[in-house]
Amino acid sequence: MVDPHAVLEMRNITKLFPGVRALDDVTMTVRRGDIHAICGENGAGKSTLMKVLSGVYPHGTYSGQIVFEGEEMAFKDIKSSESAGIVIIHQELALIPELSVTENIFLGNEIVAGGLIDRREARRRCRDLLARVGLDIDPDMAVKYLGVGQQQLVEIAKALSKNVRLLILDEPTAALNEDDSENLLLLMKGLKGRGITSIMISHKLNEIAAVSDAVTVIRDGRTVETYAVEAGHVDEDRIIRAMVGRSLDNRYPEHEPNTGGETIIEVKGWTVEHPNVPGKLVCDDESFVARRGEIVGFAGLMGAGRTELARSLFGRSYGIHRSGQLFLHGQPVVLNTVRDAIRHRLAYVSEDRKLLGLNLLDTIKQTIVSANLGAVVRRGLIDGSKERAVAERYRTSLRIKTPGIDVGVATLSGGNQQKVVLAKWLFPDPEVLILDEPTRGIDVGAKFEIYKLIQELADQGKAVIVISSELPEILGICDRIYTICEGRITGEVPRSEADQETLMRMMTTTVGSAA
Amino acid sequence: MNVVKQIFGTDFRQFTMVFALVVLLLGFHIASGGNMLTPGNMQNLIAGNAYVLILAIGMVMVIVIGHIDLSVGSVAGFVGMCVALSARDLSFPWWAALLTGLVVGVAIGAWHGFWLAKIGIPGFITTLAGMMIFRGGVIWLSGSVSVPVPPELNVLGAGYLPEWGPAFTNLNNSTLLLGILAIAFYAWSQISTYRQRVADGETGLNFTAVIIRLVLVGAVLAYVTFLFGSGRPGTSFPVPGLVLVFLVIIYHVITQRTTFGRHIYAVGGNKQAAALSGVSVAKVHFFVMMNMSFLAALAGILFVARATSAGPTDGNMWELDAIAAVFIGGAAVSGGIGTVAATMIGGLVMATLNSGLFLMGVGQDKTQVIKGLVLLAAVAFDVYNKQQGRPSITGRLFGDRRTSESTTDSTKVAPAAPAAPGTAES
Repeated sequence: MVDPHAVLEMRNITKLFPGVRALDDVTMTVRRGDIHAICGENGAGKSTLMKVLSGVYPHGTYSGQIVFEGEEMAFKDIKSSESAGIVIIHQELALIPELSVTENIFLGNEIVAGGLIDRREARRRCRDLLARVGLDIDPDMAVKYLGVGQQQLVEIAKALSKNVRLLILDEPTAALNEDDSENLLLLMKGLKGRGITSIMISHKLNEIAAVSDAVTVIRDGRTVETYAVEAGHVDEDRIIRAMVGRSLDNRYPEHEPNTGGETIIEVKGWTVEHPNVPGKLVCDDESFVARRGEIVGFAGLMGAGRTELARSLFGRSYGIHRSGQLFLHGQPVVLNTVRDAIRHRLAYVSEDRKLLGLNLLDTIKQTIVSANLGAVVRRGLIDGSKERAVAERYRTSLRIKTPGIDVGVATLSGGNQQKVVLAKWLFPDPEVLILDEPTRGIDVGAKFEIYKLIQELADQGKAVIVISSELPEILGICDRIYTICEGRITGEVPRSEADQETLMRMMTTTVGSAA
Repeated sequence: MNVVKQIFGTDFRQFTMVFALVVLLLGFHIASGGNMLTPGNMQNLIAGNAYVLILAIGMVMVIVIGHIDLSVGSVAGFVGMCVALSARDLSFPWWAALLTGLVVGVAIGAWHGFWLAKIGIPGFITTLAGMMIFRGGVIWLSGSVSVPVPPELNVLGAGYLPEWGPAFTNLNNSTLLLGILAIAFYAWSQISTYRQRVADGETGLNFTAVIIRLVLVGAVLAYVTFLFGSGRPGTSFPVPGLVLVFLVIIYHVITQRTTFGRHIYAVGGNKQAAALSGVSVAKVHFFVMMNMSFLAALAGILFVARATSAGPTDGNMWELDAIAAVFIGGAAVSGGIGTVAATMIGGLVMATLNSGLFLMGVGQDKTQVIKGLVLLAAVAFDVYNKQQGRPSITGRLFGDRRTSESTTDSTKVAPAAPAAPGTAES
């Protein structure tokens, strides 16, 4: 059973958390020089497995063996796994915003001469490392001034500084736009050329197809299968089947498009300035409409100004409004606060569920009523039984899987959390529902459910606006699609005429002058 | 314009603070009819505020890690009393009493550090408890009466440097020597930094800017030397001031140039990220708290040495002055931002206000109101700049690319460098 090319073998890894068997007898082998993808639904145990491997969960807190480069390892912390040459880059980047690029790269491994930090030598080595990851920035610049893509590359430079031989990346492209993702994947291939083995956790099947040499699928804390990828060909259906344990004939539910209803919301010449950068327009003369019963897609890369548009419409909760009008049912309205927006039956579900969508300390029922508390108040006090009734109603209608509505939202899976947020915004009974990346960080099975809900809401006569950077998703559920690039609307197409290539072209071309 | 930036540095905030301090000093000098910038007054200002500034050194480190220490006044009072009592009741010689005080300070710091780092009680609570415990302790130990301290210690709190050498200088020669050393060191460090940067291939450096800055700073240092050295015979730059300068240099190096200092900023900036980089957050918490109480002990000793006796109310409300100095110096409540040097400027602004308003005959009541407003204004200035996304006004004036790049979310990534295994590190 011993593979002569194996650089890493994890044998029979079992990790228990109180009440949960997070990993159950997981075994996997990674071959030297491979890019090895690990996929699985959220909560399947991928991140836990990588934390076991990198010493975040020290030896003794799990059972099973880790054999790296022929030797059995017993890491007691991150430092010991790093000295063996295993470096993990976590999903949440581990950079200190106020410190410079150099300081971040050598954090925890400072270059010291005579008791003092040798800034000159650190800066020199930092320049070399930055060149190796293809990043052309000032090593003295504070990390907070870098974009997410650049920060990700700084993380990799940091890993390289530790003489890494096995690099673990936990969803490295989750926060990146397409350009940066591609850049990162190219870099991973480059590292492979220099003999660095990588393990990459990813949800994105096209990415896996593009770079990986082998795929391991994990489901419910067990390895389901591992297989080699030949010549860039990945059987996506096979991976999806393995991940969810069932065949998904169609990733998007069938739905009859509806574009003929009356116009509910119309936006004309919407122009918004960046809150911090005078003169930078995040929305530049944008106009669009959404009709009753319609699902309208907004396709754009990250940073195109999609969220900025949505939030500036939603009670001007972002940016400085410069010009442009908003019409609801043909009447011009001015929404200066989020309260105004809710009163005018707008709802906005944020892309950042944990930061902007939920108070993770709240229970399900507290969350569901939170955007419309007035409706459950009687004589100045919150009416507990009303609150329960409302929460139970949405729990049933949205099929939220939970032992009860008194459970904390923090304990729910991503998909169920998203349903709770949806319920929160359905309770005020909106006519216009803006969903910003509604399926981000949600596993395949739950995505299907969210799509079905979106369609049901449209069928109930709401205008649903879906913002997404995943083109298949936009094409799968929207009736009509707008594309956004650099704060401008660059195109409008009905679904029947749209395909990925056309949309991508419109998402990457600005009309008029170059910004 | 680039030259202006190289002369005054890119840290606009710090520059404004220094500028404000100079304006305050000159303003009070004129308003008080020439009584502000006199040797006697400045010697008093330094000697009388050294203890608060020493507290502020430790406090900025505590605030950078995202905590606060409310106990420093009580700890200073408690330690001062310990020194006095150990000398009076246990007949300790002055040096043993001093050492006892410092050990008690370190022990108290370890106590605070333990509750914060091991148990995880926020510093605010830990030290609020400490504030009560040690204030109660000092009253309890002393029986509410003042206790004299060994007279040998007086030199620490109120002493001057010796007179020696030729009289034709018309200055205190110790002060003169210190001034010359300071100017020489500054010149040496500036020039060697410039040489190093040239050697590292940096372009756009202007040697004239270095010279202009040297002349400016040199002139200020020379004036300060003259000011402190030309007092009545027997006076000089005060000893507590010297202790302070010594500590400022040490702690500047610790915070800016050592691994431990780097870790303080890392923990304050992003605790989780620091931990994932292999930084021991608990260790940093522990030692920063321990160091704070050590410095509080030193401040307390300096104070009782100056006052010649330890009283039960010594150190009352000092924590607030120290905290104010840190925030006027531009530290962030959320942690991660703040430097020892800027804190010293902040502390000196407060001290100048105290002294200047006193010289002008403004009462304590109004002085408090004015100090409160200054604190509010200084922090409001920071918050406003932050909200406007203008971390530095020089940046806006001179096109600092940090400010412009911070906002573009498109990343500028050069094409990946061709594989060059030869350049691989270690």
